[in-house]
Amino acid sequence: MPVLRRKLDPGTVHIDTDSAPRIIQSGEDFLEEDLPVGTRVIYPKPPIQGLPNPRGAIRHAINHPLGCDPLHAQLQPGMKITIAVDDISLPLPPMVTPDTRQTALEVVLELLSDHGVDDIHIIVANSLHRKMTEGEMRRMVGTEIHDAFYPARYYCHDAEQPDGLVSLGETRHGEHLRINRRACESDLVIYININLVPMDGGHKSVTVGLCDYSSLTHHHEPQTIIDSNGYMDPAKSELNHKCVRMGALVDEHLNVFHIETVLNNRMYSDQLEFLGKNEDDFTELDRMKLKATMWTTSKLPRAMKRTFFHNIPSPFEMIACYAGRTDPVHDKTLERCFDQYAVKVKGQCDILIVGVPYISPYNVNSILNPLLVQVMGPGYFFNLYRGKPLVREGGVLILCHPCYDDFDAKFHPSYIEFFHRLLPETRDPFTLREKYEEEFANNPSYIQMYRQGNAYHGAHPFFMWYWGENGRRHVSKIIAAGAENQHVPEMLGWDRAQNLAEAIANARSHLGRTAEITMLHLPPILIPDVE
Amino acid sequence: MAGAAFYDLDGTLVSTNLVHVFAFYARNDQGILKSLGRTLATVAGLPLFMAADAYSRKVFNDIFFKWYKGQSEDRLRYLAEDLFQEVVLPAVYPGALPLVDSSRRTGLRQVVVTGALDITIQPLLRYLGITEYVANQLEFVDGRATGRLKPPIMASATKASWIRTYSEKEGLQLNDCYAYADSMSDLPMLSVVGHPTATNPDLRLKSTALRHDWPIVSLQ
Repeated sequence: MPVLRRKLDPGTVHIDTDSAPRIIQSGEDFLEEDLPVGTRVIYPKPPIQGLPNPRGAIRHAINHPLGCDPLHAQLQPGMKITIAVDDISLPLPPMVTPDTRQTALEVVLELLSDHGVDDIHIIVANSLHRKMTEGEMRRMVGTEIHDAFYPARYYCHDAEQPDGLVSLGETRHGEHLRINRRACESDLVIYININLVPMDGGHKSVTVGLCDYSSLTHHHEPQTIIDSNGYMDPAKSELNHKCVRMGALVDEHLNVFHIETVLNNRMYSDQLEFLGKNEDDFTELDRMKLKATMWTTSKLPRAMKRTFFHNIPSPFEMIACYAGRTDPVHDKTLERCFDQYAVKVKGQCDILIVGVPYISPYNVNSILNPLLVQVMGPGYFFNLYRGKPLVREGGVLILCHPCYDDFDAKFHPSYIEFFHRLLPETRDPFTLREKYEEEFANNPSYIQMYRQGNAYHGAHPFFMWYWGENGRRHVSKIIAAGAENQHVPEMLGWDRAQNLAEAIANARSHLGRTAEITMLHLPPILIPDVE
Repeated sequence: MAGAAFYDLDGTLVSTNLVHVFAFYARNDQGILKSLGRTLATVAGLPLFMAADAYSRKVFNDIFFKWYKGQSEDRLRYLAEDLFQEVVLPAVYPGALPLVDSSRRTGLRQVVVTGALDITIQPLLRYLGITEYVANQLEFVDGRATGRLKPPIMASATKASWIRTYSEKEGLQLNDCYAYADSMSDLPMLSVVGHPTATNPDLRLKSTALRHDWPIVSLQ
């Protein structure tokens, strides 16, 4: 019988009495959970086959751009060129080498060299994210490019550098924009992007990646988040609308040649590929691998497990590359992106179960602290939809994560103060913004740690909190299943449950026995296209 | 903002310390023999200084400043500019000026609270653009150093007490104040403000900062 059900819709499985337990990631651990009969489990699509010759695809894209002349036709000897690349938050987890950015850079740099262009800077468009370490930067572009450009001509954007940013004016809505000076003073800006999900890329790349704190305050604020009907559907995202408006300013002042690449969802290497499969289809070998993985993770200390997982790169493959003007390029990119990630789902659910893994865009090589668990739950996972949210208004969101009270003092110093000093006072994003955001943003210690160290900007934890606001408002309850302490869920405004079964019982007592349950089988990422 | 940023100097904004300064004066003493003798004596005294500092900053000050006994005030002042150019300026941490600048931009008053000698730090303060400070002062009689410091001696708890008094006098909210220091002996100074920051901290201060969730900044 399960076979028949799977034939009807391979992306959706309904749990029956004979169904296998489902694997749920909970931080650095894997849980095997028997879900209630009738639970709907939604799986990602299998990875789209990668392009056989990514280098050739990039060459073709820059020679056949959308909406502008080919790159080679725009080049002249002696030009000043800035190449901006996405930072370490993309893709997740970091991909096997050569990274797509390296491949694209090799193609572009060769072309620039052939045309006598040597005034080139490569800037990591990290916005207020932490600056990447030298090792991470080397890995991203390869040793050859790194050694030729680092540190004088290959560096991270500094949103706090005095005189390092230039004002491009204001949109008709009064949103002002300040952009990296080197990019503004260049004859041509080439942006090399990696698109993992639909909210990446497009005008967000330059307007966010290369801007300063004050420019971000126009859209990284609670009202914009509340007004966004999901982050993954650009047409309904107020955040995206604002970025597009500000992007028009960029197009007015800068000549931007966008190269966007789309990756498939091949997140797991061969040895862990079974984790993305339907558990009913597991072979004996898959079961053995699962047991071995679970046994190993149960024996290792958390820090060691974390290091272990952060050191497994993902074998993502490029499935498309487009180049040219930002808008037409991004339209094409989005189409391809949805081809990979969108999964048709019929109807909303009452209770949504999601496992929160060890990684988010903001903790590569670091700890998924409580604020980041929050940004993954009501932030990203709630917003993983097109059409309407997967969980109905007033529903319950169950997140599986230990919610350990653990922070990285080097990468997330301002998060610590935000969590322990501000959240006990209020969880209201408007109050937090009004009372404390500027204090954190201007804190000289945090600025110093952002500029000279590898810390996220002082204002970043606020953005993380706002990120979860529409999710928090939409559901009536969030339950942390398997939380190892009481105070972290409490500070976040969540309920705590010892395990998933207890969380489901809690949710059902809240919504009734007939509440429909859906589990998102993540990772790899998928975007439910909710009818 | 009704707040201030209080900085320790030695080890925090510059990598030099009191001994470097004294060694410079010893090296530049009048006459080759005196200069050589004082330099050798300074080197020989290093283990004593280290042990005293590890035990207590007060004991260190009591022992250390005795070595200035007999030095001429004019000469110490005269050599201060050379001291800055030769010893202090190369030792200013790269992150020091940006930190002071970004702190000033937020409207915080910039104040140095140091155990260094006032006569030796003037050029550095000019360089940092800081006018408000409190530092230790040598006692001079007839233009010669007695080897004692004038009270209050700026170290450990005295720094914290001075910050409290200063803030009260100037109408500053300690909650809105920042402090930057590198050493465990400056723990009171860090503890008294709302925004303490361990700056290039030694091991003990670093672990204390981690325990208290204070930011840890490296200016090196």
